[in-house]
Amino acid sequence: MDTNATPVHLVTADPPAKGKKQGGSLWLYAVVRLLLIIPTIFILTTLVFILMRLTGDPITAAMGGRLSAAELAQRVHAAGYDRPMITQYLQYLGHTFTGNFGTTMSDNRPVTQILTTYGAATLELAFYSLIVAFVVGIPLGMIAAYYRDKGQDAWLRVFAILWYATPVFFSGLLLKLVFSIWLGWLPVAGRATTGSEITLQFLPHRTNIYLIDALRTGNVSIVWDVLQHAVLPAVALGLLTAGIFLRLVRANVIGTLSTDYVEAARSRGVGEFRLVRKHAYRPALIPIITVMGLQIALLLGGAVLTETTFEWRGLGFELVQYLDARDFVAVQGIVILLAIIVAVTNFIVDLVAALIDPRVRY
Amino acid sequence: MGRSSTRSISTRRRRIWDRLPIVSHLRQSVGVQRWMLVTGLILTGGFLLTALLAPLIAPYGHAQLGDSKGSFGVQQPPSAQHWLGTTVGGYDVLSRVIWGSQTAIVVIVVAVILSIFAGVLLGLVSGYFGGWLDRVLVMICDAVYAFPSLLLAIVMSIVISGGQSSLVGGILAAASSITVVFIPQYFRVIRAETVGIKAEAFVESAKVIGASPWRIMFRHVLRNSTRTLPLIFTLNASEAILTLAGLGFLGFGIEPSAASEWGYDLNKSLSDVTSGIWWTCLFPGLAIVLTVFGVTLVGESLNELGDPRLRGRKAVAADSAKVTLGAALLADDAAGVLGTHPDGRPEND
Repeated sequence: MDTNATPVHLVTADPPAKGKKQGGSLWLYAVVRLLLIIPTIFILTTLVFILMRLTGDPITAAMGGRLSAAELAQRVHAAGYDRPMITQYLQYLGHTFTGNFGTTMSDNRPVTQILTTYGAATLELAFYSLIVAFVVGIPLGMIAAYYRDKGQDAWLRVFAILWYATPVFFSGLLLKLVFSIWLGWLPVAGRATTGSEITLQFLPHRTNIYLIDALRTGNVSIVWDVLQHAVLPAVALGLLTAGIFLRLVRANVIGTLSTDYVEAARSRGVGEFRLVRKHAYRPALIPIITVMGLQIALLLGGAVLTETTFEWRGLGFELVQYLDARDFVAVQGIVILLAIIVAVTNFIVDLVAALIDPRVRY
Repeated sequence: MGRSSTRSISTRRRRIWDRLPIVSHLRQSVGVQRWMLVTGLILTGGFLLTALLAPLIAPYGHAQLGDSKGSFGVQQPPSAQHWLGTTVGGYDVLSRVIWGSQTAIVVIVVAVILSIFAGVLLGLVSGYFGGWLDRVLVMICDAVYAFPSLLLAIVMSIVISGGQSSLVGGILAAASSITVVFIPQYFRVIRAETVGIKAEAFVESAKVIGASPWRIMFRHVLRNSTRTLPLIFTLNASEAILTLAGLGFLGFGIEPSAASEWGYDLNKSLSDVTSGIWWTCLFPGLAIVLTVFGVTLVGESLNELGDPRLRGRKAVAADSAKVTLGAALLADDAAGVLGTHPDGRPEND
């Protein structure tokens, strides 16, 4: 009986036990996690395809009023939009898989080119605002946690909620009004002045990340110009995220601050600053990092609004232009690219979490 | 203290009194938490009153361009006649702001009702029956949940209205765009609760008696899993206002002649700002901020008061990472994590 029971137990319990194994291989975790991205992206591409096609084909949407019925039918036929939906879907999946997102209706450019050109701008903006969010959100969150339920904490939390409650385009408008119009310190909109833009256009192998390009020109005034243009959008978008970071850090550090080992460290005479900075903050990092990963989606959504407010020519700004032009091929491409960015960021975030904490691994 | 005294007077009264969510929370709260809850309630109440009394307090109609003395004029600064000035389209800003609260409330109500209905139903079915349906739904909801909600709302509003909107069409489009974003949240919370409650003894006994799955789901499981809904409702209401404003700002809003919408007005004020005209953007924006601020404060307080570990200053257990996470996240994440509270059984209450 006993000899019989053991293998049965092993066979049935083995697959789930794999997930519970402590400190498993990081590589295995990375591979499994990477494979899990595929269904996510697949679902989103399918969803977007179905939703966009519910409205009809892109050619009718874009050219509806401007062409005669016969011309329209001809163009629809030429582009293959009159074939069965399933054929179109499979072809679309294949194209997306190979990185071919089609050609835009309104200005006849390959969507891939739009994505690389303007994606860089959006990444640049997201990067700046993340810096703002980290610099503002994390220290303030630690302060709030340390002074829990006292005056400082109450004010910081109210501010965090206020930041959340302020739509990024409204804070953007206010910042613009105060710092660009009334004080005249910073430029109103755009990514650089026309002069700098032209210089950057002619740079060979440009990355379209203006700061890098500007640094490569070696021209200090262009670098300064680019940085000046980035301040307001980065602050507007960064503060939105900073509010969330603040709350996140606060809640998690409160959790670790009241643990026994922090108490033990305090009784050993560890300074209060070090207590918060090292003993309480470090273990709170895992949930913080995981949730920060989820904020990428929020950040990208916010980027669409911020770019529109500041005429920052990134993916979000272009998305709105193409939406206005009813150019759904371009819209579909941009939306899917953003979905992929979100999925990949979440993957990276999970990987970082696994690197820091072996318990997360499979 | 107040609770025990009422309990001794009449158990029946205490129970009804206690079951009103906001009132009982207000009595539990102390210090900063009470202040936050009261401020939130005042702001939310102000918003609701404005929406309700809009026809009485708004000096002009939302699409009114002039009165008996002639047209209002374009981009007029605040004056006795137009307290908050006029917009680039020649509307009265104050009236637009007041009427805007009505649009916001209609959209919130429609959106939240739609998403509660769909999300709860899906969550119940998915959690109760399990199996492949559950896996597929969870996967779809996770994928949608990870997607930037504003983009999803944009795609939805294209589908529903093709981008241009009448009054009913516009409100429906905005509401259902927001719904799609919210369904995964309700789904996750209800599903998590259902999975837990499904294993309880009373469900087991209902099964033994021979109750049908639907009866068990709606009578036994649903009644016990709605505990967190008021909280998600407030969090989602604030997100709904922001999403509506975002859609309006990107030009997917409701036409100004159909209804007044804060986000749309902010979009129109974009060019005003460059010429130093501040009143067209400041007031609709403030309306959004105050409303969302108020509703979020209420939701935040409900969240903390509903969680004993965050209520007082008692020590937080070491394993509270998940719980504190729930408190840390705003509208978009609280819902998902709340479902995983270890003390989530209603029997504890």
